[in-house]
Amino acid sequence: MEIKDVENLAELAKIELSLEEKEDILKDMGGILEYVKTIEKVDVGDIALDHEQKNVWREDIVESRDFSRDLILGQFPDSQDGFLKVKKIL
Amino acid sequence: MIDLKNLTIEKAHESLKNGEYTCRELLEAYLKNIELKNKDLNAYLEVFDDAIAQAEIAQKKFIDGTAELLTGIPIAIKDNILFQGHIASAGSKILENYKASYDSFVIKELKKAGAVILGRTNMDEFAMGSSTQTSAYGVTRNPIDTSRVPGGSSGGSAAAVAADMSLVALGTETCGSVREPSAFCGLVGLKPTYGAVSRNGIIAMGNSLDQVSPFGKTVRDTEIIFNLLSKYDKEDSTSIPEENRKTKSLNSSAKKIGVPWHLFEKGVDPELMENFKQSIEKFKNAGYEIMDIELPFSKYSLEAYYIIMPAEVSTNLARFDGIRYGYSEEKNKEVKNLRDVYMKSRGKGFGKEARRRILLGTYVLSHGYYDAYYNKAVKVREKIKIEIKKAFETVDLIVTPTTPMPAFKIGEKLDDPVAMYLCDIFSAPANLSGVPSLALPSGNTKEGLPISIQFMAPHFLENSLFEVGKKFEEIR
Repeated sequence: MEIKDVENLAELAKIELSLEEKEDILKDMGGILEYVKTIEKVDVGDIALDHEQKNVWREDIVESRDFSRDLILGQFPDSQDGFLKVKKIL
Repeated sequence: MIDLKNLTIEKAHESLKNGEYTCRELLEAYLKNIELKNKDLNAYLEVFDDAIAQAEIAQKKFIDGTAELLTGIPIAIKDNILFQGHIASAGSKILENYKASYDSFVIKELKKAGAVILGRTNMDEFAMGSSTQTSAYGVTRNPIDTSRVPGGSSGGSAAAVAADMSLVALGTETCGSVREPSAFCGLVGLKPTYGAVSRNGIIAMGNSLDQVSPFGKTVRDTEIIFNLLSKYDKEDSTSIPEENRKTKSLNSSAKKIGVPWHLFEKGVDPELMENFKQSIEKFKNAGYEIMDIELPFSKYSLEAYYIIMPAEVSTNLARFDGIRYGYSEEKNKEVKNLRDVYMKSRGKGFGKEARRRILLGTYVLSHGYYDAYYNKAVKVREKIKIEIKKAFETVDLIVTPTTPMPAFKIGEKLDDPVAMYLCDIFSAPANLSGVPSLALPSGNTKEGLPISIQFMAPHFLENSLFEVGKKFEEIR
């Protein structure tokens, strides 16, 4: 891994990093990846993945909830007429 | 003067019922300790200003005869559990001002029972850590030796109970985050079966692993809390319906304990290893059959965990973007567009360990690496599940040391992520396979630091853990 790989990951994850922070992460990633890489040599054979898992569905019906609307609206960093306001996209 | 040191839920309940003291007086005894000790320990981030009002409501239940075991019992909650109208910051700057807009499932149950939720406790940022040193709100200290860490990530809850600043507490586990601090602080910690306790209203770290987990001074206290919280909740799609929960309790003639010696032949502090062997002898003398078992894939649990968890983290933490709540650069005049709001809010809001894990997760999920890392880790996890299930065909319980070392010094391991991760090496098999696990004190080091032993049981056989745990409390 190189510094440009860290930059690419930070861009994908939308996290602004200083050069120093990038260098720190690069150093840490080396150690962590080396550790988790031992998993490569584990022979798992031909394994079917857990089929006990199933989808959980519900009818698309509006039910009343005990959310506090005021607490949700009150925490918008910016709003106008009860709508969440965001900066332009482009 | 209430003897908080030896107080249990049942003792407190008796005293409240007999009118020896009121719910408010019990709460005030803990508040006094918080006032005395919290400045040094930093276990609590906030003591809720409605705690006294909660105690008054609980008292009414004693007057009108509707009190339950947990009525009036002070309980601390980890800072990632939503309690409507109260801040839940998950130990992170990015949620410093976030107020929960609804009650989590566990809070609803505690409220119904009349428990007194007295405050929120410090934790590693987003539960990422094993020492409560990565919180944006400072480190928490171990009450047994304040130069040491209390363990983590639920270190604040552990310190609160160990220092008699709460009778019991809730933490959460993704991989050892309750059992490891229990071990470091001399407490009992239970990680329930995955799917036993609803995750609704818990700030997620690794969805396929997270479970709310209680702390207490005794096995019985964790059992009482578990019995209250373990029920089906349709709001959590991974909550297991009641009919699928096997609750056959351990056949008391079945006393086979499996020990996977090969997992810890290296790397365990000699004093802890000696203590573990002594505990095994005590079980033998008490009539248990000890069997050597092999769990060859479990050897790779921590490696698999450090791929699966960051992958889940990187998707989970995508929701914290400075748009709807929490820390935001939205109002910063120099920030011109939406992308920069994301980049700067997340860059400034997340701490070092959170950033590290988000990027690691992004990496293991990215094109070209997905098969080698994530897919492989999922397969190894499946193998671990299978081998643990198989082991439980021959033994009733599996036992290991809880941690490879006792509580370490503050500042230690912070610069070496892998050394920090290794604290949870014995925790990972239970989290990856979803089986319940109980950690409880088994002695002390020469320096007086607590040592702990942990048991695993098959899915939904928490009762077996409580039974063996109570037995060990007698014979240790």
